[in-house]
Amino acid sequence: MISLAGRDILHGWGKFIFTGIGLGLLIGVTLTMAGVYRGMIDDAQVLIDNSGADLWVVQKDTLGPYAESSSLYEDIYRSIVILPGVAQAVNVTYFTMQVRHGERDVRSMAVGIVPGEAGQPGWPPYLVAGRQITRSHYEAVADIATGFRLGDRIKIRRNHYTVVGLTRRMVSSNGDPMVFIPLRDAQEAQFLKDNDAIVQNRRRTAENPNFNRPGVPGLLEAVIASQSGNPYVNAVLVSIRPGYTAEQVARPIRQWKRLTVYTRAQMESILIEKLIATAAKQIGMFLVILALVSAAIVAFIIYTLTLGKIREIAVLKLIGTRNRTIALMIMQQAIGLGLIGFAVGKIAATFWAPIFPKYVLLLPGDSLRGFVAVVIICALASVMAIRAALKVDPAEAIGG
Amino acid sequence: MADSYGIRIEGVRKRYGEGDTAVDALKHVDMQVAPGEVVGLIGPSGSGKSTLLKCLGAVIEPTAGRMILGEQVIYDNGWKIPDLRALRRDKIGFVFQAPYLIPFLDVTDNVALLPMLAGHSNAESRKRALELLQALDVGHRAKAMPSQLSGGEQQRVSIARALVNRPPVILADEPTAPLDSARALAVIRILNQMASQYETAIIVVTHDEKILPTFKRIYHIHDGKTHEEAGEGRGFD
Repeated sequence: MISLAGRDILHGWGKFIFTGIGLGLLIGVTLTMAGVYRGMIDDAQVLIDNSGADLWVVQKDTLGPYAESSSLYEDIYRSIVILPGVAQAVNVTYFTMQVRHGERDVRSMAVGIVPGEAGQPGWPPYLVAGRQITRSHYEAVADIATGFRLGDRIKIRRNHYTVVGLTRRMVSSNGDPMVFIPLRDAQEAQFLKDNDAIVQNRRRTAENPNFNRPGVPGLLEAVIASQSGNPYVNAVLVSIRPGYTAEQVARPIRQWKRLTVYTRAQMESILIEKLIATAAKQIGMFLVILALVSAAIVAFIIYTLTLGKIREIAVLKLIGTRNRTIALMIMQQAIGLGLIGFAVGKIAATFWAPIFPKYVLLLPGDSLRGFVAVVIICALASVMAIRAALKVDPAEAIGG
Repeated sequence: MADSYGIRIEGVRKRYGEGDTAVDALKHVDMQVAPGEVVGLIGPSGSGKSTLLKCLGAVIEPTAGRMILGEQVIYDNGWKIPDLRALRRDKIGFVFQAPYLIPFLDVTDNVALLPMLAGHSNAESRKRALELLQALDVGHRAKAMPSQLSGGEQQRVSIARALVNRPPVILADEPTAPLDSARALAVIRILNQMASQYETAIIVVTHDEKILPTFKRIYHIHDGKTHEEAGEGRGFD
């Protein structure tokens, strides 16, 4: 038996192709939305993986350092690093800001890391160009998504930094590319006040008789120096020794009662279930709406095409074509339209995904699920047209 | 009248609606057409021609009467055939006023579709279709699409489609209406040839006065009743 649907598609290929392209762009948007969601999850995963930490020690009762602000005294790490099972414990700061480069601003997450040996928690695990930070001030390693190049001079707050290294896929949970700078600079930048505020603060301190006592030389300078510095970090990243579990190491830290410790699984939960949960629901809603719109479009197109063939369908029925054959023809056309649309959508999504400012991750599994969904949606969308076709009276082929 | 029949209709009635609004479209129709015979069926608008054609074509059910197709009683105050779709496919050929070819199938497949639907292989169906198309002098257009054919060629293809399953009866509904005299006569000549060649009984419903002289027998239908009269039965040469 010949394929009636196939012949009809070949006969009116222009109509099917152009309709398929329109539908395909919609499917492409749907696949991209799924890719955006996957990209958000991957960004969160990458943030955790690339931090190199097994434990995150943060301010008590906070979800820091990524989901909430957290502030720890910088010396805390000293008491952590001596605990059994701790291999490394390093301070780190994170803050999102506009990094200035020439005439443009790049939204980035500035990460303060302790200069030292490469491979410490918090450090970019690999570079695609240049070297790691070796000096304590004014050097930076940037993710290539910032658009910075080696040797570029960038401005963070009032200081200029030289880009000495470039890394890849080092992004915040929001997808902002990271810029690594020395911890001291980061601490200063994080809480840096503007010059007027500093002058006003110094004046106020100097006018305070408690801090500016005639009989205590050096007191005022000491107070002002303590106000100017920032001895706080956002978290202590801890890597553990082989043979210890994360929970074994975390337990004594929690027992101090003044710190909160998250394991990798807990941090994943915070980032994925809490931080991007709303965004995921938002995208989920878009996916549902796009699926409904796609179904409506396919249903409308197939219904219109079927109504245009009422006389042919009446003739087919009159000459003995089974309802099943006619229903199959319409369903195959709907699925054919969906397949054209899926092919166009997949190609379009593949080409435009890298252009998106944030990471869009198109997983083969999502494409497969999308393919199955398209086939099911198209099959369901053809039901209305099939009902119309089955109602056609074969007598319509006979005049009178 | 021949002893064997392509189709025989006895006392067929068709009533639409019930009670006060009931309309008797067919009051009493008797008709017999022998294999190889072409008869005309004429009547004014609203006389019941189309209703009769639909009853004969097993598209609508008569209210009463008897219909025999070849040796088989297909209706006797109720359908005697469980699968009317298969009956239409295998035992009745249709030729319409417009050819109504399937626009997305080429000429061969338009004709071959019926045997394919009946379960014959594609190769065998196409072979039968090509034989008929050649017999109808449109074999050279076998690969053409319907839109590429002239009106006369399209009508010949539709005749081939009606004949391809070798049905004992063909119902032709105004098959010459859109054609000029020469082409109309050509179509009737073809129908006569095919009727003789394939032993098919053909009923031609027509208003077309230019083809009336070609029929040897004509059934007039008026007010739901038929009466038979002899036609001129002119030849085509």
